[in-house]
Amino acid sequence: MQIKSPEFKENARIALKDVGLQKALGNLKAGFPEKRAVAVQRMPEFHDMRDEARDLKNHILENLDIYLEQFESKVTENGGHVHWCRTSDDARKTILDICKQVDAKTVTKGKSMVSEEINLNEYLEENGVQPIETDLGEYILQLRKDHPSHIIAPAIHLNLEDVSEAFHEHHKKPKSDDPAVLMQEAREELRTKFVNADVGITGANFLVAETGSTIIVTNEGNGDLTQTLPKTHIVITSIEKVVPTLEDMTLFLRLLARSATGQEFTVYNTLSTGPRREGDADGPDNFHVVLVDNGRSDMVGGEFHEMLRCIRCSACMNHCPVYGSVGGHAYGWVYPGPMGSVLTPQMIGIEKAGNLPNASTFCGKCEEVCPVRIPLPKLMRHWRNNEFEKHLSPKAVRWGIAGWGFFAKRPKLYRQMSNTSNWFMRTMAGKRGRINSLPLAGGWTDFRDMPAPSGKTFMQQWQKKQGDK
Amino acid sequence: MSVNSSPIRVGLFVTCLVDMFRPSVGFATVKLLEQAGCTVEVPEAQTCCGQPAFNSGDRDTTRDIAKQTIEAFDGYEYVVGPSGSCIGMLHYFTDLFDEGDPWKARAEDLKKRSFEITSFLVDVLDFDQILASFDQKVTYHDSCSGLRQLGVKGQPRKLLGKVEGTELAEMTEAETCCGFGGTFCVKYPDISNRMVSNKTGFADEAGAQTLLGGDLGCLLNMAGKLKREGKKMEARHVVEVLAGMTDTPAIGEADYDLGKQL
Amino acid sequence: MSKAEILGNIRRGLRRGEANEAQRAAVHNRLNAKANNLVPKRAQLPHTEQVALFKSMALEAAAEIIELNEHSEVPQAVADWLHVNQIKELVSASDAVLNEMDWSPLGDIQRVERVAQAGDMASLTTTFAGIAETGTLMLHSRGESPTTLNFLPDIHLAVLRRSTIVGPYEDAWKMIRETFGTALPRTVNMVTGPSRSADIEQKLQMGAHGPRTLVILLIND
Repeated sequence: MQIKSPEFKENARIALKDVGLQKALGNLKAGFPEKRAVAVQRMPEFHDMRDEARDLKNHILENLDIYLEQFESKVTENGGHVHWCRTSDDARKTILDICKQVDAKTVTKGKSMVSEEINLNEYLEENGVQPIETDLGEYILQLRKDHPSHIIAPAIHLNLEDVSEAFHEHHKKPKSDDPAVLMQEAREELRTKFVNADVGITGANFLVAETGSTIIVTNEGNGDLTQTLPKTHIVITSIEKVVPTLEDMTLFLRLLARSATGQEFTVYNTLSTGPRREGDADGPDNFHVVLVDNGRSDMVGGEFHEMLRCIRCSACMNHCPVYGSVGGHAYGWVYPGPMGSVLTPQMIGIEKAGNLPNASTFCGKCEEVCPVRIPLPKLMRHWRNNEFEKHLSPKAVRWGIAGWGFFAKRPKLYRQMSNTSNWFMRTMAGKRGRINSLPLAGGWTDFRDMPAPSGKTFMQQWQKKQGDK
Repeated sequence: MSVNSSPIRVGLFVTCLVDMFRPSVGFATVKLLEQAGCTVEVPEAQTCCGQPAFNSGDRDTTRDIAKQTIEAFDGYEYVVGPSGSCIGMLHYFTDLFDEGDPWKARAEDLKKRSFEITSFLVDVLDFDQILASFDQKVTYHDSCSGLRQLGVKGQPRKLLGKVEGTELAEMTEAETCCGFGGTFCVKYPDISNRMVSNKTGFADEAGAQTLLGGDLGCLLNMAGKLKREGKKMEARHVVEVLAGMTDTPAIGEADYDLGKQL
Repeated sequence: MSKAEILGNIRRGLRRGEANEAQRAAVHNRLNAKANNLVPKRAQLPHTEQVALFKSMALEAAAEIIELNEHSEVPQAVADWLHVNQIKELVSASDAVLNEMDWSPLGDIQRVERVAQAGDMASLTTTFAGIAETGTLMLHSRGESPTTLNFLPDIHLAVLRRSTIVGPYEDAWKMIRETFGTALPRTVNMVTGPSRSADIEQKLQMGAHGPRTLVILLIND
């Protein structure tokens, strides 16, 4: 997908005025956070499990190479293949190769954010293989030539009317505004596609080293039809998703659905382990796991190491007031919200993605809800440190901080400067007690008044009081 | 609480916003601390906690300010300030120094001694002898750093419960960020505006006459919005109410005495 | 080539070369121990209460439950259900326990044993276990029970023996390992209620791509 992160400010401005989007974002706010809160209430051990999950992820990362090799050897033992792909390009080519090897014409897809990350669909289409999104949200987006704006609920930015129109145009059925009818239409449309696909591509929420399995956590059943019906099953996933045992996977599963949608457990949690066995009546002959790196191994042991704990639940963006105001597309790439603000600069560069870690008040709500306790504001601040060191922050910011810093480090000069500014603002405010328009602070006064200082500075008044004693 | 032979010596961390915009918050803080049996001094070598530099990625400037602040507050039993974000920033000083650097130990020490005012009164001094009265319906905004970094939630409410005549009506989303975020509000004004509009809307719905909070940055932001929207609700820092110092105009209200101090 | 680069990069980040003996041993110990992490108290109950919990959680997830005393009652229960819903064909797994039942109550409803196809209205399978913690069925792929039976038809009827209901997921994994070791079947499914999606305006709709209806025939064995 085209990168639009540099235009974040403009994207945000447009998003704030987009009535349809704002209505859709209202649904998000009312839904996921409330539901998560209820689910957390029902599981008294939830916060202790978060601690365990954080510690387990840290252990996994310390031994990531060993667990990945173990995973690969089990997959191979079971008759599957593991492909290690350092770059997006490697991954795309690998997947296309597999498709060409089996002469694939159509490929059904379960939802996969990693496939968005590597821009898989466009590449397959360019090379004569037709990808068919089957997750309802992704299916709608594919019809509209649109992209996900959320990592769990990809079409969350759309309203009923948008879906209604898209289906009417593509399904050639009478236009309906009944969600049940629309879902039935999608169900019917995709049935034959599932059955006829040559290759099925799913993602993986976790990879289990003990058994060489991949697991998908879903509600619709499309992922399951995708991993069962075609002759070839490709799992596209990334290197940090490996977990040691089925019990370890279970710890994360308990946190995932509750953090994401507030469900106790999603409808379908499906472990795939290799191709069909002797005697199986269905299932693919070929099982491939494509392990994507794309910058993740660079994060190991570095200042963004903790971001590798992420289990892609979306709790952070669901609770973020910035995401809640502007939606996911404003962030301009694949991963939005707080987790996107840390990952995007890593993957596409801080030069393009600089706005993202800056467009945060560091309110800390994301960290509060993260199931694996990633210190997201701290990591965003690390990006700001990097920008500052590389002189990438806007000049006005650097000079402003430098100027202010000059005074802040010299208390006596600071007192003089602040006494002067104080006097100046009181004069501007006059009897009103507030200022409507401040030079250099249009960002503030465009939208709100600036309360005036209420008198001389505290230090001036305090010194006077001490003097009077 | 043990009976001390000598009063607790507290260094007041004024905060740059209180110093500039609303000294009464500083005086109210002093009054409360003295009521609680502390002696309060105000070290002169303080200017700002350093948040603006820290959150802009300028660790060097932040480090310089940290050292200055650590030194200024050396020797005080406690360091108390009327702001969750500023005291939170003092706690972050430990992140600025490497293991083995003597400054790191000094920063750890400062962290142990530094408290937001309502948390200090309730958690450290177990003090709740509030003598004030404020005959109004109020609502309370939980500033982010105070809430999430320092655990300030119940303490201001407990103390407000002791103010005669005050009725606390909780607003929807009291814990949601008001959109100030330091430089955020001028760097991303459209988004900040949306957040503060949501906040003033919820505060309005709570039906309160006065909006209270523990951080002047948030309060200036919300008061400025309330005034621009023409809403009647006023905004004050919670210590003003707790210290019984509510006879002066609220934040951003017209003050005809201002002229006299020119 | 890519593999060596990726592993090399990971190791560089961890400030080490290849893992040493002790590190490998620690990892292998963890893999072999298969220790439980924190197991919530919720499903750590006496069996009767686990069964009650299973039922209430499965109902909450919108599954239907029909309680029977014996396997022999299954054909009549299935026939009744299919008649009410005017379904003429049942695609079935071929487990011995199903084949041994007397299917005459079906009358003119056809019971066929094959993989499921698009257009199938109803399927019947057995289950491996029931997990009380969230009212979840555990099933797995095998010759007698193609995975498509669990997903393609509109309605999935699943026979669950009360004696195979466990509390937490961990107990189900122990059962799986007793049967398969670490050589799992191709697919292990955990199914909690019927298929659904909230992708249209966050409003929950049943029956996205998997079955619209899940009927659990609970045999009180």
